[in-house]
Amino acid sequence: MSDDSSPRSQILNGIRRSLQRGPLSGEAKQAVEARLAAPPRGPDVARARLPQPEKVALFCQWAETNNATVARVAAGDVPGEVSNYLARNNLPARAAMAPSPLLEGYDWASQKMLSLRRGRGEGSDQVSITGAFAGIAETGTLVMASGPDHPVTLNLLPDTHVVVLREADIVGGYEDVWERLRARYGKDRMPRTVNTITGPSRTGDIEQAMELGAHGPRRMHIVVVRE
Amino acid sequence: MESTAHDFKHNVSDALANPNLQDSLAMLKVGFSERRRLAAERLPEFELLRDRARDIKNHALANLDFYLEEFERKVIALGGHVHWAPTAADARRIITDLCKSVGARTVAKSKSMVAEEIALNDHLEEAGIAPIETDLGEYIIQLRKEPPSHIIAPAVHLTKDQVADTFLEHHGPLGFTKRLTERNDLVAEARYVLRQKFLDADVGLTGANFLVAETGSSMLVTNEGNADLSNTLPKMHIVLATIEKVIPTLEDAAVLLRVLARSATGQESSAYTTLNTGPKRDGDLDGPSAYHVVILDNGRSSVLGTEMQEILRCIRCGACMNHCPVYGAIGGHAYGWVYPGPIGAVLTPQLIGVEEAGNLPNASTFCGRCESVCPVRIPLPKLMRHWREREFERHLTPKAVRQGLALWSFLARRPKLYRRLTGIANRVLALFGRADGRYGTLPLAGGWTRFRDFPAPQAGGTFHAQWARHGGARTRP
Ligand code: SF4
Repeated sequence: MSDDSSPRSQILNGIRRSLQRGPLSGEAKQAVEARLAAPPRGPDVARARLPQPEKVALFCQWAETNNATVARVAAGDVPGEVSNYLARNNLPARAAMAPSPLLEGYDWASQKMLSLRRGRGEGSDQVSITGAFAGIAETGTLVMASGPDHPVTLNLLPDTHVVVLREADIVGGYEDVWERLRARYGKDRMPRTVNTITGPSRTGDIEQAMELGAHGPRRMHIVVVRE
Repeated sequence: MESTAHDFKHNVSDALANPNLQDSLAMLKVGFSERRRLAAERLPEFELLRDRARDIKNHALANLDFYLEEFERKVIALGGHVHWAPTAADARRIITDLCKSVGARTVAKSKSMVAEEIALNDHLEEAGIAPIETDLGEYIIQLRKEPPSHIIAPAVHLTKDQVADTFLEHHGPLGFTKRLTERNDLVAEARYVLRQKFLDADVGLTGANFLVAETGSSMLVTNEGNADLSNTLPKMHIVLATIEKVIPTLEDAAVLLRVLARSATGQESSAYTTLNTGPKRDGDLDGPSAYHVVILDNGRSSVLGTEMQEILRCIRCGACMNHCPVYGAIGGHAYGWVYPGPIGAVLTPQLIGVEEAGNLPNASTFCGRCESVCPVRIPLPKLMRHWREREFERHLTPKAVRQGLALWSFLARRPKLYRRLTGIANRVLALFGRADGRYGTLPLAGGWTRFRDFPAPQAGGTFHAQWARHGGARTRP
């Protein structure tokens, strides 16, 4: 068959020759298919297995260690906290916001000075506001799932990224996020982009000294919403 | 890139005599390794996770064909394309053609060691396409027309002042005419210059830390966010990855991520870990409209099933070079090709041939620190020893060394003669001996004494003679 000389067959057959077997079949194939269908977890990491209130505290602690700032507020205070944060840091009261249902529940109109543009991020944006699909307590990491309601550019282009995260969406470790993603989008259908983000952008490329704001946001402020 | 691995000895002399390099290396020795130690201590499960990481990679390698096909199936199902490249030339042609298909003039590149391995930039330039490195370290060395000296910190051999001079030279014509002295100003200037290039690029090219078979996702780990801009802004995203990057599931990725960042930089987590799956979806407001994955073999499939297979577990964290006394003394460029340090000493002969790179496996003190920190427990010293043996078998070792070893093995099998001759040698050496018990120069040993003294024999005869005098083996219980 001419297919045998295709680059694809060359590589796959080369692998099989080296492994001294043909394509997987029978039990061997069933075993790997089963492993894919029900992925086994690695060793438990104790700090990802805490009760919920401690998870939230651990998330905040790691996020701050990773140079983000954190404010814990009640739902009604979210828009006010965002305005105050921008004012405290002498930032413009103007932001690009994700057109996300995660954010629509808050009374943004209460902030008369704050002007919001819903849409994707542009090179000229100084501030963006997005929700988060989840937060990972183990490392203080935010998880952003792309879609019409959450353009990826909002996570990357502005100098300052403000993220609204509900306490209930804080989970222990990566594995808990994968489960939630599968439940929400289907096992075979990841969102186009899942960004997991731990603190502002940084680089250690000049003399190994960490500097913030290499290409992505220089500042990250996380508003954790109490229930 | 063109290899200079055959010129290793010469490269080493240059490196030892380079004061800027030696300053940078002095910082490296304390920085990365100390941070890794602290990060490992903060996670009690770290050693268990390393065992598991090793097992996951072994499992993936044993079923590599299956997982690659599974990965391909998932990518296609979500609208992406997979290209198979048996050789470096195939990968270069595929990528150049893809770039041409969208009329690309510039390509925003996120640091990829595989792209270095296949010398992609040179070929893109020949095709009239400008590659723009966007990782800060990689950008700096691209401006300086230098190869990377470290797999995760490509400009680690440079000082801040050298970077300042480079930026002044290249950014001056863009209007940045002030020589900067602070690191954060240098970072800000590069950010400004590169931001426009991101917005203008037609294609984004990235590597991948992992390919996840379960979901058809490519996974990328960075601190700067440059890879994310590369895979979000241009209209086409090309992922270049080698076959051994595929892992089964997201759960496996979680294990590998936990050991990767800690081993590499001592961080709990890198700033950005991104999963990309296919092109922009209906209704998305951004993202590339085309997503291509180029899967490259370049000799790896023939390493499977051999005694060198374990090297394919490597997740390119850089810990082995951060902890290597030889790398710490000579830096990355002396290794003469893309991969320096212990991983390079094992991988380079494999990829470009033992004739070219046979010297590299000798650049080891066999102290074992590389193996002790490798997150996937690759027995690097054993693999280096393996190359040394092959090199010897194939008579690639210099004649003098071979003859010396042959003479030694002749004598070692004749104990009486051995003792007589070493006794004489001991007395002759004592004649040269100096009061401080060291030689600054010694006939036939110039290679050693050029850089360090040779210890003089102590009074009391050879080891054998002393052993016999003190009762030797007979005093054993
Ligand atoms: S050999 Fe091990 S320590 Fe070295 S880069 Fe690869 S994974 Fe890291």
